[in-house]
Amino acid sequence: MSARDGTIGSSPNRVGGIDRVTGAQRYLADLSVADALHAKLVTVPVAHARIDRIDGSAALALPGVRLVLTADDLPQPMPRFGPQNVDRPVLATGETKYQGDPVALVVADTKEEAEAGAAAVRVDYEALPAVFTVAGALAADAPLVQDPSLRPKDPRRETNVLNEHVVAWGDVEAAAAEHGLTIVERRYTFPMVTHFAIEPHAFMAAPDGDGVAVWSTIQHPNWLQKTIAGLTRLPLSRVRVYAPDPGGAFGGKQHAKYEPAVVFAALRLGRPVRLVLTLEETFQAVRRASCEARVRTGFTSDGRIAFHDIEADYLIGAYTDIADRVVGKGSYPAAGPYNVPAVRIVARAILSHTVPSTAFRGFGNPQINWAVESTIDEGARELGIDAVAVRLRNLARKGDRFIPFDTPCDGEWEQAVRKAAELIGWDQPCPPGHGRGIALGIKSGPTTGLSYSIVRLLADGSAVVYAGTSDMGQGARTVFAQIAAHELGAPLDWVTVAMGDTALVPYDQQTSASRSTVLMGNAVLAACRDIQAKLRTMAAAQQGLDEADVTVADGLVRLASGRELPIREVLTAGLGKLGGEITGLGEMRKEAEAGHPLSGAPAFFEFNCTAIEAEVDADTGDVTIHRHVTVSDVGKALNPLQVRMQDEGAAIMGLGHTLMEHYIFDEEGRIRNLGAIDYRIPTSMDLPRELRSEAVENADGPGPYGSKGMSEGALLCVAPAAAAAIRDATGVAIRDLPLTPERVWRALQAGPVPGDAEGRR
Amino acid sequence: MPQTTLPIQLTVNGTRRRIAVAPHHTLLEVLREDLRLTGSKECCLVGECGACTVLVDGWSVDACLVLAVEADGADVLTVEGLASPDGRLAPIQAAFLDQGGVQCGFCIPGQLMSAHALLAEHPHPTRAEIEEGMAGNLCRCACYEQIFAAIGQAAAGDAPDLGGLGAGAHAGGARAGAKTSAEGLDQ
Ligand code: FES
Ligand code: FES
Repeated sequence: MSARDGTIGSSPNRVGGIDRVTGAQRYLADLSVADALHAKLVTVPVAHARIDRIDGSAALALPGVRLVLTADDLPQPMPRFGPQNVDRPVLATGETKYQGDPVALVVADTKEEAEAGAAAVRVDYEALPAVFTVAGALAADAPLVQDPSLRPKDPRRETNVLNEHVVAWGDVEAAAAEHGLTIVERRYTFPMVTHFAIEPHAFMAAPDGDGVAVWSTIQHPNWLQKTIAGLTRLPLSRVRVYAPDPGGAFGGKQHAKYEPAVVFAALRLGRPVRLVLTLEETFQAVRRASCEARVRTGFTSDGRIAFHDIEADYLIGAYTDIADRVVGKGSYPAAGPYNVPAVRIVARAILSHTVPSTAFRGFGNPQINWAVESTIDEGARELGIDAVAVRLRNLARKGDRFIPFDTPCDGEWEQAVRKAAELIGWDQPCPPGHGRGIALGIKSGPTTGLSYSIVRLLADGSAVVYAGTSDMGQGARTVFAQIAAHELGAPLDWVTVAMGDTALVPYDQQTSASRSTVLMGNAVLAACRDIQAKLRTMAAAQQGLDEADVTVADGLVRLASGRELPIREVLTAGLGKLGGEITGLGEMRKEAEAGHPLSGAPAFFEFNCTAIEAEVDADTGDVTIHRHVTVSDVGKALNPLQVRMQDEGAAIMGLGHTLMEHYIFDEEGRIRNLGAIDYRIPTSMDLPRELRSEAVENADGPGPYGSKGMSEGALLCVAPAAAAAIRDATGVAIRDLPLTPERVWRALQAGPVPGDAEGRR
Repeated sequence: MPQTTLPIQLTVNGTRRRIAVAPHHTLLEVLREDLRLTGSKECCLVGECGACTVLVDGWSVDACLVLAVEADGADVLTVEGLASPDGRLAPIQAAFLDQGGVQCGFCIPGQLMSAHALLAEHPHPTRAEIEEGMAGNLCRCACYEQIFAAIGQAAAGDAPDLGGLGAGAHAGGARAGAKTSAEGLDQ
């Protein structure tokens, strides 16, 4: 049972919810700024091109067109940016490297004039050979995506391999040579998919006194502030980033995309400039890295995993963005939540002439978890061991250092597995024609972090919380308000949460990795505790007591006598006639750890177990998900309804890449299904017939009240659980996603496929 | 280049408006840009996502597909017109909040308008009718189950005591219409 009153562990109505149901919520594209001009990107319709000449004269002759901004108009050498490698130009220079890479920005009085202007810009270009598959990018004669001079010290600079991440422990070859092992080796592919937030990305910039103001649908306003300050050589204090709540983000809105170009245009024109992308442009701005993985796993006859030998090639796209980190961090826990004595994981980030991939819910884990969990399933089948039993046999228990030198297992993960198995009825007979599958997944939480919060307890006992997190739908505002309400003894609707303005709200590193409840939550909690300490001094003075005889906690002042006073009473008396307020400052810092491959051990793990019951229509290849059970270890659900919504949202999003979503390319590397007509995401008609989400709560997380981060876990295991269910139902194993009706139908026609390199020793 | 405009008349959320519109402008552009009613959202612009859904003479339409001149003389209801003038939320709006049918909220104006139209046609919709009626409205946050529950609550016509919003099983077929909200609640 969960109450609705706003206390910790209750599910009050979403803070900010009313504006979202009345239409009053202002997303970026809804803001009107006086005198704003409109911008449109100019692109060339090929994956890779040499730009010979850009002629904007015809465009400039059109009514309303004010500016055709090209690389030549920008400071030289071309300013570049990027959260990891500084490799992305503000506008394409010399070459375009993916379909959609902008060569110019046209600015005009109206949106239509900007569109007409963009269409009138003449771009002379020559299409060049493009690489858009792993094999193509690694071919001996492959064109180089990146100019080697951008990474002069990198021995791989003359290849399209940007980086290789190796994680290893134990001796894989020695383990593989052991007698009596069943060794299963399989290859899997994971497609390119896009975030498809319903709000397309949007940006605006305007001169602001001596500096610049930037509006963006960004998840990390402070990071954007740093990027723009660097590019414009302005001090941070002269770059003000407004970040209205994004209309969905899912990782796609973490890092700067076209904000720098818009800033340069606005500064040049001395006027506000806005650029609202179309959905098609958004498809060409963000996506998830595709992946080809090979997994070789050895099992003992009783189902213990003796070794994992994993190789994964992620095709990351034309610029690094955050994708190399996605590959490194996503592949690091690829051996799964199991105690495995020997592991070797080699993951490569491969450049290609495709849309730069970026963070996307799950951050590199879903791609590889699909391959590893499916391989475990195949091993269990060969051994004749139950899929739940094989997992429980190998599963890490609390405290186990299942990844040496990393955070030990931090939850009662077994409870989640048992709960999922019970809810799907694993031990009950399956209805005829149905099949069941189960999969586990873990994801490392944040490895570093820095969040500040200011909380102001106002004279009447109401409070304002300042938090630099972006509320993109996950409900951060509500959770922070719940924390402050609980600590300061205020009703929930007396708490306001201010976000999204770098001039007013203190620094937060980022909104990602399911970190905000834990890291910013702890900062908010610390700010409230700072206020409590001041209240304690006040109360002691008022009562003529020693401070040691007063405690302030859980929204109340308690005296040694056992008497309890409402905070408001102490506050009003303490502030006196002038009123005023008490201000608290909270800081949550997770420092980098020298020598750790991820620069820090994760603050927590997200653990999930997903079980699926499916049925296949043999005539059409259509898959019906009858039951979908998702169980996450969340430590403590501060807001159970929001936890459930995040888990269900992740589960359904996972069904997207599992059953229907993928970019389709033509022979030249152009995306053939740009936009909502030909790229399908789950609708109300595609839901599991029964969807059930549960949380395991043992209050054993590092966040406030024992919470852990959550919201990505439920996506990690959808594909392997669904494919295992399909295999269970049909006897057919499919190792390429998505499991579209056509692919399933073809697989059924072909019949069961023998493994590619299996065998017993 | 002076643009030709055509005068049209619309009743928007109960208010009669005369406006001169560009002949090629969609109803969505006129609502958002000329009338500054930005509740209706822009996403795909090809009639696939439903973020721009409004009611025209009671029918739910994708405003991105309708030319404003085609709507001349029509009665248009947008999300801004759902609550009563004194600000009281319509039952469907309250139900979305109560059931948690809102995450980022970007799709929600469209969802609300489709739900409103659905309930007008089927005051007590079955699960299948809800799934079909809402199929044109994408929600990437995927709060579909909560939206269905909200439609169930609004159909039941009462604001239930939500004290027991539990861990939530959504038994598909059984979870229809007026029964929906009550069922999800007593976990
Ligand atoms: S914007 Fe109209 S249906 Fe998508
Ligand atoms: S609530 Fe975010 S898209 Fe529906």
